[in-house]
Amino acid sequence: MGIGLMEKQWFTISVYSENSVGLLNRISGIFLKRHINIESLNVSKSEIEHVSKFTIVVNTTEDWTRKIVQQIEKQVEVIKAFYHTDEETIYQESALFKIKSALLFDEPQIQNAIKESNSKIVTVHREFFVLAKTGRRHEIDEMHDRLEPFGIMQFVRSGRIAVSKAKMPITEILEEFHLNN
Amino acid sequence: METVKAKQKKTSTKKSVKITGAEAIIHCLLEEGVDLIYGYPGGAIMPVYDELYKFQDKLTHILTRHEQGATHAAQGYARVSGRVGVAMATSGPGATNLVTGLADAQIDSTPIVCITGQVPRHLLGSDAFQETDIVGISTPVTKWNHQITKASEIPEVMAKAFYIAKSGRPGPVLIDITKNAQFDELDFSYEKCTGVRSYKPVPQPNLDSIAEAAEVINNAKKPYIVWGQGIILGKAEEELKALVEKAGIPAAWTIMGESAIPTDHPLNVGMVGMHGNYGPNVLTNECDVLLAIGMRFDDRVTGKLDTYAKQAKVIHFEIDPAEVGKNVKPDIAILGNCKETLALLLPMIKENEHQEWKAEFDKKYEEEFETVIKNDIHPTKPGLTMGEVIEEINLASEHKAVMVTDVGQHQMIACRYAKFKQTKSNITSGGLGTMGFALPAAIGAKQGAPERQVVTIIGDGGYQMTIQELGVIFQHNLGIKIVVLNNDHLGMVRQWQELFFERRYASTIMTNPDFVKIAEGYHIKSSRVSERENLKATIQEMMAFEGPYFLEVVVEKEDNVFPMIPSGASVSDIRLK
Repeated sequence: MGIGLMEKQWFTISVYSENSVGLLNRISGIFLKRHINIESLNVSKSEIEHVSKFTIVVNTTEDWTRKIVQQIEKQVEVIKAFYHTDEETIYQESALFKIKSALLFDEPQIQNAIKESNSKIVTVHREFFVLAKTGRRHEIDEMHDRLEPFGIMQFVRSGRIAVSKAKMPITEILEEFHLNN
Repeated sequence: METVKAKQKKTSTKKSVKITGAEAIIHCLLEEGVDLIYGYPGGAIMPVYDELYKFQDKLTHILTRHEQGATHAAQGYARVSGRVGVAMATSGPGATNLVTGLADAQIDSTPIVCITGQVPRHLLGSDAFQETDIVGISTPVTKWNHQITKASEIPEVMAKAFYIAKSGRPGPVLIDITKNAQFDELDFSYEKCTGVRSYKPVPQPNLDSIAEAAEVINNAKKPYIVWGQGIILGKAEEELKALVEKAGIPAAWTIMGESAIPTDHPLNVGMVGMHGNYGPNVLTNECDVLLAIGMRFDDRVTGKLDTYAKQAKVIHFEIDPAEVGKNVKPDIAILGNCKETLALLLPMIKENEHQEWKAEFDKKYEEEFETVIKNDIHPTKPGLTMGEVIEEINLASEHKAVMVTDVGQHQMIACRYAKFKQTKSNITSGGLGTMGFALPAAIGAKQGAPERQVVTIIGDGGYQMTIQELGVIFQHNLGIKIVVLNNDHLGMVRQWQELFFERRYASTIMTNPDFVKIAEGYHIKSSRVSERENLKATIQEMMAFEGPYFLEVVVEKEDNVFPMIPSGASVSDIRLK
């Protein structure tokens, strides 16, 4: 609210498409052509069988986002594309931390961090253990900051995944095609 | 949740037969009504060429002298005929040479299907001889592209390719076929594609928007139409003319829309854009309602966007939703094929005349005529002008010829002064501005409309970019009239250097060969004119000549094209000199 079309903000673009080779290239090219950076990208199956879902996060103006979504939707193998602000979506990211096992026993602060952050120990080996944390990006960043002083052997964070509060009527679009043809 | 299984809608089923992929490609082309293709053979496409040899009686292949020529010829063919043009090339350099034509067809919405050979499936990604990732390379410049690696995929993908190329807003499609898929056998049966579930070619018109537009138009005091190629692609020439006449609205065109309404129609007020007519540009900023029909507000049309038609209510008739609000935000958007939306609009439009408003266009035309046009088409100073050449061609062709232009000064002059009676008569590279487009495009235009006179106007720069296609014109005795307007310069760039770079003529002066001798080398009848007294008779001779004819006209070296909207200036600030 109160943010104009021309001010930069975060948008989550959701793209429902056929699962075809090359479509990722075609979609990313739309951003490339306009010199807009993709902040995060996730491709997965969707609620509809054989329909893929791209979740793309950008930090740009609504004007640009709307134009990009129009261009994405124009692609032959894209069924429908939407964009939403952070307030209009439920979104999360996941992260994995690989840490020396010894630290788990030697550093009580690590044990506290695990408890307080609601993260999960995925596996424990002799040499290392792996911690999984799901949440908003700032929560993962906080976790990262708490663990960093002790040494993180490996860190990875996923792209954002998001569902919109409003309906995204893909089934209806597919049914309409079926009825009209 | 899965409710729809069939992703592609098909019609007509035939009994299947076992054939090779290469033969299947030929059958697909024949099923789509293709009888003429342009191309160039090479290793990875040889199985298909071998089949072409067997089907010569049904499918003519024209060997262009460069693959780029094949794409432009396919474009010229598509643009005059309204059919899908087809070009074929081998892998690697053959495929990359198609890219300029694909980009041109993409930006000018021309339906072409390009077929490329590819290294066998098992060699993909191995940097095999003549392997290149043409699907990756062509993605940004195609409406759709696809790689076939199995023979069994051929019929369905080819059907989809033709459907996508020609439906909705047309565009280029590239199909890359690995060599193993050409050799392998499949059970062939062909079903035309009539729909793809993820693709909606034509949006549903909104009747409320149309009614709203009708009210705005009926109440307008100074309504103004700018139409583009959408009218021609949508076959909406009659609907546009009916609207113009019923509502009495002055109407101007973008170069891609030229010829949709005859040049001498009283309400056809001319050309918009950088070198368009004076009135159509200036009055864009004085109209109260701007109807933009099948055009996309290219920057060469709008000039500075912040000062473009700000006073007007803008109604945008558009088939591609991605164009709405891309450059100019309309007050009313009317989505759909303009043939359909204009037909829905027409009964709601009241008969009207806007004589005072139209008189403003006439007044501006007088001003432009005195300052610019008179000197262009009836010059009194010694050197020949490009404008008088076009005017002589008008007289000799009786406005019936197809005119194919290249890119630069001659293109702007030709678009400004050519006169047309018939739609699909102006073939030019509008959006991409591809020098070298005209000569091969003229080949396609002549073969797409063999009954029509085809004149191509080319500058001495662009001519030398695809000059080798003279070989095709000679070999097939195509009766194209080739007019090279030679000023020994890259004229448009030189003009900009003169006006905006203090006459620093960096690399725009050319020492040219003897163009007449080159044409004679191809056994094409040729002339050169450098004196005004010989111009009329030579053009008449050329137009009356059976078969191809090459004419070089030596024109003034340093003439400029005016009017001109300087880059980044407002349409109101168009300069007459």
